[in-house]
Amino acid sequence: MTSKFKNALLIGASSGIGAALARCLAEDGTRVALVARREDQLEDVRRGITTAWGQDRARVYRTDVTDFDQAPALFQKIDEEMEGLDLVIYCAGVMTEGPEDEYDFAKDKLVVEVNLLGGMAWLDQAATRFEAKRSGAIVGIGSVAGDRGRRAYPNYHAAKAGFATYLESLRNRLSRHGVQVTTIKPGPIATPMTEGMGKQPLMRSAEEAAQKIHRAITKGKMTAYVPGIWFPIMFVIRSIPSILFRRMGI
Amino acid sequence: MNLEEIEVALGRTRSKVEGWGMSTHSESVVRFPESVEDLKELFAAARKDGISVAFRGTGCSYGDASLNDRSLLIDLTRFNKIKSLDPATGVLVAESGVTLEQNWRQSVTQGYWPPVVSGTMYPTLGGLLSMNVHGKNNWKHGTIGEHVQSFRMLTIDGEELSCSPEENGEIFHAAIGGFGMLGCFTEVTLKLKKIYSGNIEVTAVGIRNLGHMIAWMDQHREDFDYLVGWIDCFTAGKSLGRGELHAARYVKEGADPDPKGTMRLSYQDLPSHIMGVFPKAWMWRFMKPIVNDFGMRALNAVKYHSSCRKQTRGAGHLQAHAAFNFLLDYVPDWKKAYLPGGLIQYQSFVPAEKARETHGHLIQLCHRSNLIPYLGVYKRHKPDPFLLTHAVDGFSFAMDFKVTAQNRGQLWDLCHRMDEVVLEAGGRFYFAKDATLESENAHRIWPAEDLQKFARLKQDLDPQALLQTNLSRRLFPEFQTQPSLVASEEG
Repeated sequence: MTSKFKNALLIGASSGIGAALARCLAEDGTRVALVARREDQLEDVRRGITTAWGQDRARVYRTDVTDFDQAPALFQKIDEEMEGLDLVIYCAGVMTEGPEDEYDFAKDKLVVEVNLLGGMAWLDQAATRFEAKRSGAIVGIGSVAGDRGRRAYPNYHAAKAGFATYLESLRNRLSRHGVQVTTIKPGPIATPMTEGMGKQPLMRSAEEAAQKIHRAITKGKMTAYVPGIWFPIMFVIRSIPSILFRRMGI
Repeated sequence: MNLEEIEVALGRTRSKVEGWGMSTHSESVVRFPESVEDLKELFAAARKDGISVAFRGTGCSYGDASLNDRSLLIDLTRFNKIKSLDPATGVLVAESGVTLEQNWRQSVTQGYWPPVVSGTMYPTLGGLLSMNVHGKNNWKHGTIGEHVQSFRMLTIDGEELSCSPEENGEIFHAAIGGFGMLGCFTEVTLKLKKIYSGNIEVTAVGIRNLGHMIAWMDQHREDFDYLVGWIDCFTAGKSLGRGELHAARYVKEGADPDPKGTMRLSYQDLPSHIMGVFPKAWMWRFMKPIVNDFGMRALNAVKYHSSCRKQTRGAGHLQAHAAFNFLLDYVPDWKKAYLPGGLIQYQSFVPAEKARETHGHLIQLCHRSNLIPYLGVYKRHKPDPFLLTHAVDGFSFAMDFKVTAQNRGQLWDLCHRMDEVVLEAGGRFYFAKDATLESENAHRIWPAEDLQKFARLKQDLDPQALLQTNLSRRLFPEFQTQPSLVASEEG
């Protein structure tokens, strides 16, 4: 039992980064509450954790993050059943596929709801609780995509940029109350979400990403690029003037 | 009857025979029957003179399961004919000395693969049944016995029984996994697995420690057909049990653009040279200087770090069935690098919820004894309906130890200490691997009524208790009741 955190809540933990991160935390001694929409996959993650580290190590709760109204009551229930959360991580994410000339509001809405509004619904609850407790850690999985609006996936870039800004605001509000807020910005990670994209440059497995994210959270970092090489890359990309960026075809 | 008398009675001289791990040896008169009639003649001679008999295929059991010191060993490798393979159903009928290699070479071109295979392609079907062999897909597809439709078995009295789950069901479930104690398999009918490609899709994952291995396997066990973990046994602390996991799934129908091409034998054949130049048959000689604590610690560390770099990022890679399944055959004769003392493999099967703690404890015991396994392999299992099954709803951990003249006593002591830990956790052992278990502990593996049931069947089918091996005498001396043999062993 070496973990900095006793009881963690992961929203969007049925696969990808969320599932791998849940394993990292459980391995370190943290009890994890796993929330996701896909019950059977959620159960698979729970089974893996409890087989390895004991029945007490993981619980599961089913919800759809776009049912925003469910968040307050479910958060309250989990907080009580876990006997006080001290870490809340929002990992739910979705990316929709489509041609570069497509403008589909239904897809835009879904992406914003899952990547941004769901995050606000759940992390508002965590912020309220942790501010009152004067402790706790809030983590949001953003993306390098939030740093710049590329041609592909405008909805995803916008949602991740919004989420990063939201997390920054939370940090500015809560750090004086002793609450840690960490923004994670992964590059391409091999998860079910990115399956259709094929092999990407600097792609990492969910396991590798989770380990680095876990380290960043434990160290109390404000923002962490995963892997770290994305920090200088995005620094350069952010510095490219728009007039050039739009001609670069990326 | 002593060995000299057996030599005279059977008109053959003795041979030296060893277990696969080359750490157990015996002197036996070896006969090579080619037909059921030959077998019947040998059995009649054995009955007449009270000669104990053991069966051996290609001798792939690590320990002493196919040895019969100072008595008769019947080598069944000439029972090597495939009688039929139905291309419509994938049902294979073959003599018991047919090897897995013969099986897959015959079947792969017709779109069938053995449903369960060991890490090497050389065991015979009779051997696979005697040990009720499992593969890297045990938790999902069970042991080989679960794919056997029927078999024919010759009892020592010369009666040929036909057994299936329906016909002689009790004998069927006891003889499979019955380590050759009830009779000699002569013919096996096996249902093969339909495949739609000569490739399987493999995902590699870097594993931080034993808990990570178990959690990953149990989370993903519905997603894959094969799961196998390699463990670096040299590390301790938070990295205890670190390694690499390979998860693989069959390619779905229609997904391979050239299934005929990938199911060709030339595609499946393991390469004989490294990078097309260096003959692999020489490799064990180059491995020999590093098969020591220092070299293997370094090799394990290098393998771990390179496997972390090479792990799958995105879709899995395609690999031929033979290359994925028969990893032990990749370097021919690699076991010779362990000479002169050979090796033992200690494989324990532990219920899932106790696996991390128990197997972690075993690694710690190895560290404390300064006897570190050079290779560790981790697998997922499930229970099966066979009487003396080794499988549990849990995980197995196989550890390869180098045996030397100096460490032998200490190594056996370590194994006995580990036995205690495994049995306390409700664990089991596997006769295909075992070389060190003691009788008292073997009796703790199964409920007494199951052992009694097996003993009753043995008494019915082998009333003179002639079917024996070094392993059976070591673990179940109650099966050894023939007075002349007791006398010769004591002598």
